[in-house]
Amino acid sequence: MTRTLADTWTLAKRSLRHITRSPDTVITVLLMPIALMLLFAYVWGGAVGRQTGSVSYINFIVPGIVVMTVVSGIAYAAVRLNMDVQSGIINRFRTMPVAPSSILGGQVASSTLSNVVSSVLVLLVAFAIGFRSQAGVVGWLVFAGILVLFTLSTTWLAIFFGLLAKTMEGAGAFSYVLILLIFISPAFVPTNSMTPLLRGFAENQPMTPVVETMRSLLVNGTAGPKVWTALAWILGLLVISYLLSVAVYKRKAIVVNT
Amino acid sequence: MEAAIEVKSLRKSYKKVSVLKDVSFSVQKGTVFALLGSNGAGKTTTINILTTLIKADGGTAAVAGYDVAARPHKVRNEISLTGQLAAVDNRLTGRENLLLIGDLRHVADSAGTAADLLRRFGLEEAADRGVSTFSGGMRRRLDIAMSLIGSPAVIFLDEPTTGFDPEARNEMWRTIHKLAQGGTTVFLTTQHLEEADELADHIAVLHQGRTVASGTASELKKLVPGGLIELTFHDDETRDAAAKVLGKSHAHTEGDGARLSIFTDGAVAQVASMFVVLRDARIEPTGFSQKVATLDDVFLKVTGAGREDE
Repeated sequence: MTRTLADTWTLAKRSLRHITRSPDTVITVLLMPIALMLLFAYVWGGAVGRQTGSVSYINFIVPGIVVMTVVSGIAYAAVRLNMDVQSGIINRFRTMPVAPSSILGGQVASSTLSNVVSSVLVLLVAFAIGFRSQAGVVGWLVFAGILVLFTLSTTWLAIFFGLLAKTMEGAGAFSYVLILLIFISPAFVPTNSMTPLLRGFAENQPMTPVVETMRSLLVNGTAGPKVWTALAWILGLLVISYLLSVAVYKRKAIVVNT
Repeated sequence: MEAAIEVKSLRKSYKKVSVLKDVSFSVQKGTVFALLGSNGAGKTTTINILTTLIKADGGTAAVAGYDVAARPHKVRNEISLTGQLAAVDNRLTGRENLLLIGDLRHVADSAGTAADLLRRFGLEEAADRGVSTFSGGMRRRLDIAMSLIGSPAVIFLDEPTTGFDPEARNEMWRTIHKLAQGGTTVFLTTQHLEEADELADHIAVLHQGRTVASGTASELKKLVPGGLIELTFHDDETRDAAAKVLGKSHAHTEGDGARLSIFTDGAVAQVASMFVVLRDARIEPTGFSQKVATLDDVFLKVTGAGREDE
C-alpha cells in the first residue's frame, strides 16, 4: 500500500513536470475561461446582466467560469495520457512492478492539483474585475470540496477518453460536449430566458445542479437546494468513469505497440 | 542449466486472426536468445505475452520460474522491456528518465545508479538536456539504460536495431554482448539472420505463428546437411527455366546474377538426378559449385520461402 502511494506520487510528480514545462498549454487552459469571463462581463453582460435579478452579473457567471476552467484543463489531461499511450511509455510502466492504480492515479492526482491551481488563478482574476463573495470559511471549504470532487470525476472521464483515443487530437474532443452542456445550463444565462424545450433539458442535465450549487456557495455562502443532486451526478460520473477507465486500461495493451 | 524462459505451445488470436499457432522454445539462464522471423510472424505478440502485456489464449509461458498468466507481478519484478518504440519520456531530461525508473523500481541509490548508467552509455554530456533534443541512437541507448535499472534477470529487446545505420547497429551489438557477459539473460527479436548469428547463443525461427526450427546457429546450419549446389546460368531466363523443371523434385532458392541454389543431402543419387533433369530439359549451366549452408539458407528452407513448387 505504501509502495502504491509512493509510486502514485512519483508518477504524479512526473506529470506535474510535464505541465510546468509546457507553459503554452498552461496558458491555453487558462486563456479560454478568462477570455470568456471578460467577454461576458464587459461585452454581453450589459444586455444579459439585467436578467439576473439581485445577483450582479459577474457574481452570476463566476461559478460557470470555474467549471469551464476545469473542463478546459481535463481536456489536456486526456491529451497528456494519450501521448504516453502512443509513445509506449505506458507499456514500459505496465511491464514493471507498478500497480495500475499508480499509473492512472498519478495522472489523476496531477490533473486535479493543476486544475485547482488554475481555478484559484481564475478566481483571482474574477476578484480583480469585481467579483465579490458572501461566503465564509465554511462556504469556501464546501465550495473547494465540491470543486475537487468535480475535477476528480471529470478527470477520470478524461482518463477514459485519453486511453481510448486513437490520436492525440481526438483525446480531448470529449470536452466539447461538456462545454456545450455548460452553455446549455444556467451558467451564463438564467434558464427562464430559454425556449421551453431547451429549458427542460437545461434544468435536468448534470451541469445545472453543479453550477447552481457552486453559485449558491459563492454568492450566499450556503449550499442551496441542489447540492444533493449535484453530488449524485458527480459521484455517479466518478464511479462510471473509473470503472470504464480500468476496463479500457486492462484491454489496451492489445492495441498498443503491435 | 536452468531455464530463464520456458514456452510451450503458445497460442494467441486477435478476433478471428490467429497470430500465434504453436510457439515453443526455452531459453537458458545467462544466454542470448534470438527469435527470428519476418514481419508479421508473431514476434512482438510473443514478447507482449512474455512481458505480461497481453494474455495468451492457450499454452504456457514461464519467465524466471513464474507463470506469466498466473503470477504477472512476480514476472514484472524480474524483467524489463525495450520495445520497438523508444519508450522514453521526451519531456524529461535523460537523467530524470533514469531517476523516474529508479524510483519506480525502488532501487537503493537512484541518483547513483542514474549517474553510473549515463557514464556507461556515453550520455553524460547530454544528461541534463531534454530527451526531445536527443538523436535516435541516443534515445535508444537511454531506453536500454532505463531497462537495466534494478538489474532485471531477463531483458527483452524487440527488434533492437531496426531503423539503425550500420554504426549505431554495431554499437547496439556491443551493448548486447556486454549485457550477456554480465550474466543477464537477453531475449531479442530480429528480422535479420546476420544479427541472430552475431548475437545469439540460441535461435528459434518463427514463421506464420509457429516455431519451425530452433537450435544454435551451427545446429540450424546442419538442417541443410549436404549444403547446397549452386548453379550459374547464362541469363535469368535460363535460370528461370531451370527453376521450373527442378521445382518438382529439388528444393531450391534463387540467387542474384542468374544463380540457383539447390538444397542437397550430399547423396550421389540426388545430385545426379538434378543434372539428369537439366540434361533432359536441354538446359546447360555455365558452372556449378558446392556451398556451405548459411543461416539464410536455413531460414529459406524451414520457412519454405523462395520455394517455387507450390
